This record gives sequence, structure tokens and C-alpha cells, in this order.
Amino acid sequence: MKSNILSMLSKQALLTFTVSLVLFGPISGLILDGFSFKNELLKAVSLAAVVTAGRVVISLFQISAIGRKLAAGLASGHNGITVKTGQEKSPLFILVLLFIAGLSLPFFADKYFLGIAILALIYCLLGLGLNIVVGLAGLLDLGFVAFYAVGAYLLALGSQYIGLGFWGALVIAPFLAGLCGMILAFPVLKMHGDYLAIVTLGFGEIIRLVLNNWLEFTGGPNGASVPPPTVFGLEFTRTAKQGGVPIHDYFGVSYSADYKFWFIYIVLFLVVCIVIYAVERLRVMPLGRMWEALREDEVACRSLGVNHVFTKLTAFMLGASTGGLAGVFFAVHQGFVNPTSFTFFESALILAIVVLGGLGSTVGVILAALVLTILPELLRDFAEYRVLVFGILMVVMMMWKPRGLVRIKRPAFFPGEAGRGLPAGAEVRQ
Amino acid sequence: MNQPPDQTVPLLQFDGVHAYYGPVEALKNVSLHIHPGEIVSLIGANGAGKTTLLSSVFGAPRVSSGKILHRGDDISATPTNLISRRSIALVPEGRQIYQDMSVEENMIMGTTPIGMDHFDEDRTAMFGLFPRLKERRNQLAGTMSGGEQQMLAIARAMMARPELILFDEPSLGLAPLVVKRVFEVLGEIAALGKTIFLVEQNANHALKLSQRAYVMVNGRIHLSGESASLLDN
Repeated sequence: MKSNILSMLSKQALLTFTVSLVLFGPISGLILDGFSFKNELLKAVSLAAVVTAGRVVISLFQISAIGRKLAAGLASGHNGITVKTGQEKSPLFILVLLFIAGLSLPFFADKYFLGIAILALIYCLLGLGLNIVVGLAGLLDLGFVAFYAVGAYLLALGSQYIGLGFWGALVIAPFLAGLCGMILAFPVLKMHGDYLAIVTLGFGEIIRLVLNNWLEFTGGPNGASVPPPTVFGLEFTRTAKQGGVPIHDYFGVSYSADYKFWFIYIVLFLVVCIVIYAVERLRVMPLGRMWEALREDEVACRSLGVNHVFTKLTAFMLGASTGGLAGVFFAVHQGFVNPTSFTFFESALILAIVVLGGLGSTVGVILAALVLTILPELLRDFAEYRVLVFGILMVVMMMWKPRGLVRIKRPAFFPGEAGRGLPAGAEVRQ
Repeated sequence: MNQPPDQTVPLLQFDGVHAYYGPVEALKNVSLHIHPGEIVSLIGANGAGKTTLLSSVFGAPRVSSGKILHRGDDISATPTNLISRRSIALVPEGRQIYQDMSVEENMIMGTTPIGMDHFDEDRTAMFGLFPRLKERRNQLAGTMSGGEQQMLAIARAMMARPELILFDEPSLGLAPLVVKRVFEVLGEIAALGKTIFLVEQNANHALKLSQRAYVMVNGRIHLSGESASLLDN
């Protein structure tokens, strides 16, 4: 047994050492010096040795008692989905508490933190939107940022050309983004998996390139400015610029630039709450169930009479609408939009939020959005290493909890008389 | 059987159907008919085109020539999702239940063509037919055994109150005892007055259950006749 482990370890160590030597050899072992190069193979060997030592330590940990227990504990969570029994305590109290806490955050937080909180909520909104498309309906969308851009540019260009304000944009953005979602959905109705991903990726890039190159209309790379929000004709600037009254004058308090962010945060927070409620309702409605059924098995769906065109279209449109809303908030928060905010990296980040949160789990998506926006801020101390740390965390996360942060809860279903006849959860086998 | 199989219009009829997967001709001039109240089986080896024939009822693949008639109406170009509204249900090959949904949610999905009006009643009936499903109603469908999943697939199809149920290899990958139970259930379903079209490799079981049978070889109907006489062959 002992010798077995030893030979396995040495085999692993040898393999790791060879592979890392091959990698590090040319990268750090040869250093360019003018037109020739210096040979610093010793450095490469020492780096490879460090990696090998790390590999051995990990292996030793894995075969130790603690490591085994950890692995078993992680593996025993079957596939990360539990079905509710209908007897869980309603989390209403906690929800109300969270709601109040969230709403009162601006009064405690400083401006820096409030900025992060707004960004986190915007990503929550984006995550919730993409979660409908990817998490629930199972349609891999890599161009989600397009809808985000549509919402943001709607406010920026709308105010520039037709005098559209924040509230107008907030109402129109879901419809315009939903329309774009529909335009994207039609050509991809028959596509699956990789092909769908590539087409949506292209769509995202098309929107960005149009915004970048249509100089006369969008301002191209110079971007477009966004007017600050107003509420009932009250403005958040020091002096009224849009024909209203500055809010601090109206209430007779001194001017503070923070009011604008308080206002954005509170509206955004309420919108996020409404979207969360809507998504949770949709999940137990026939439409939501059809989305999930479509994700599970399209052939079975068709034979059961699910209209897959309608189902896919609604998923794309509702997802896009939510993305459009997020865009409006992003624009009004930044006060300026330009195409560099809507690159593929954003799409990837939103997708990471959805995957990390556990595909389909609303709570998970919210948590992941908070983690993924707040974590990079906390990691600022690590300066240039923070993206690396971020990446490592994601790899570790996917290895240990591939079904996401939060276990998905499936609603138990007890309609009508028959449901009452059977005591809820009495026959559930554990 | 409850209904005498003597009505003149067949419930389902294939009339000279050809279908292709790309360049491969999967169905070659297939003609068959199923009358109301009958149990008809279609037997044949792997790759004979049995599954293709069943899925062509639901438009995948679409037939390239010939007609599929339901009560005399040509349904070969009807949108897939409207076919199940004509009281036709499919129990697909390899079960294809929704693994990550609970047993009950799977059954709710079965009601898609008719809505939830009869859900309580039908669910009680299905739990009577399949007591195991009642025990596991809140369990994830994918965590059940193969036999239980097959039962769930049948229950899901039954939730749409179909007249005609198409079964695609219900015995596939199941233990002999479970297969026996599946065929018992098929008999019980037939006794409820449902018309059954059964596609099977397990010729022995299928022929014992059905009244008439077709034998398919290489995309063609090779033989047809009374099940009893085919069983002797």
C-alpha cells in the first residue's frame, strides 16, 4: 500500500516536472538580449520544481483523511438539486429584513461602496436576464452584452435626439431590447449548443461594431453623454439644467452629489426586486416549466405539444428585456456610454455569473453577481494579480461545485383536492 | 376491447410514406393503418426504421412523399406542437423524461396539450396505476431506476388523455421482470379503451400483447398480419 502510493506520487511528480519544464523552458529559461538570447535554464528548473512540489502537496492532501472527507462530502451532494416538500418555512421574514437592509444601504454606505453596490445590482439584473436564457431555457447566449448596450444607448441617444429622459428610457428599454431579442431569436430557433453560441457571439459583436463605427449617429468611439436622472421634475445637479428645480433647493438642504447615486441605487434596487419576483413567479408558471423542459429535452417537448418557437422566443425576449433595463441603469450611473463598455468580456462575465450561481438558481445568480463584482474590488490590494486570483477562484469553484454556489430548489406542486388529500412531503423518501 | 375495431376510418394511417435522413432513405413506401381500439405492434431489428416511423408522426423527419392521415386528415405537414392536440401521445425511445424535474412536474408537462383542468383526477388515476410514482412524486425524475422512469414516461403521455399512444421500445434497457411489468401496464392501458401502436424489438412480448402486427425490414414493411399467426413464424 505504502509503496503503491509512493510510486504513484513519484510518477505524478515526474510527469508534472516534465510538463512544466517544457512550458517554462522557452518562456522563462531563454531571455531575449538584443538579437541573441541568454540561457537561464536554472530559473526554469526552479520554477518547475516549485510546481512539482505543489502538485505533490495537493496529492498528499487528497489522500489524507481530511482530503478524502472533503471530497466525499462534495461528491455526495448528488446533482445539486433538491425538491421542496412544501413544508419549508416561508422565508418571508428574512426577505423583508433583506429588503429593508438593501433599501437603507445608501444611508450607511460611503460613496465608493455605493458605487460598487450599484454596479453589483446592475450585474444582478444582467445575471437574472441571462439566467432566463441560459439557466432556464438552456440556450447558450454569448452575445448578451448586446441587449445591455441597447438599453444604455437608448438612453444616451434618446436624450440626444428626441429628448428621452431616464423614466421614459426605463419604460421603453425592455421593449426595444426585447425586440432585439426577437430579431436574434428567429434565425437561431433551430440551433443548439456550440452553433447557437457562435451566432449569438456574432450578434453581440455586430451591435458593438455598429455602435463603434456609425460615427454620425452614435458618436463612435467617442461615445455619448447621458443626462442625469430627474424625479418629478426635480434635478440632481447643483443648478437646474433640464428646466426643473434642483432637488436640494426644493427640500431646502445643501447640495450633495451623493443624492443622484442614492436615487439611482433605490430605483435600481426596487427594479431588481421586481425582476426577482417576476422570475420566481415565471418559474412556477407553465411558461417557466416549458423553458426548463426545453432545456432538458427538446424532442420530448415537441411530442408533448410544447410550442418550441414560442418558448424560445419568450425566453430570448424576456432575457433581453432584463438586459436592456440593466443598460439604462448603467448609462445613467456612468453619465456616459461608449462601445468599450460592451465587449465580449462583459458577456463572458455575465455568463460566469450565471454558471457560478448554478444554472437556473435565482438566489445563486444574485450571490454570484455580488461576489463577482465585489471580489475584484476587495482584491485591489493584489494589484496586477487580481485577475489571476479571480481566474483561479473560478477554476477551483468549477472543480468543487460544478453545479454552482447554491443548490437549486425545485418547487413542490400541490394543486387542488388531490394535493390536499396527500399530506405534503409525507411520502418523500430521503 | 371496449371499442370494436370495425370503424371504417383508421385512427392513424400511413399511405405510401417515404422519409429521408439527408441522402439516406429511412422509410420506403410504408403503408399501414391502425383502427380505433386496436393494439398494433411494429417489430423489426435495429436500424429498420421503426423509430423513424414513429417520429415522422411528429414531423421529425418530415415525410418527403406519401401521407400520414389521422382520422382521414393529412397531418404530415402539421406543426409538431399541434399534433399532440389531436389526442396522439408518444412515449419516446429511451424514455426521455425530464431528468432534473420532479416526478410531478414531469406529469404536469404531460398536460401541455389539454391544460390543467383534469390534472388532479388524472394524477390520482396514474398514481393508482403506478404506485411507485406516488411514493416518489417529489423526487427528481433522473434519480429513479430505469423501470420507474419508463413508468413515468408512460404516465406523462397518459396525462394528455390521448386516444392513441405510440410506444417506442418501452422494454429498452430494462430487466426481464420490469419488462414483464411494462407489458402488463400496456395491457391495462389498452383495457381503458386506448389505441396502442407499439414499436418493439422484443417480438415475443409485443406479439403476445397485440392483435395485429407489422414487421419492418430496412425501411420497408416486410410482413403484416394477425399477431398470433406471426408469432408462429
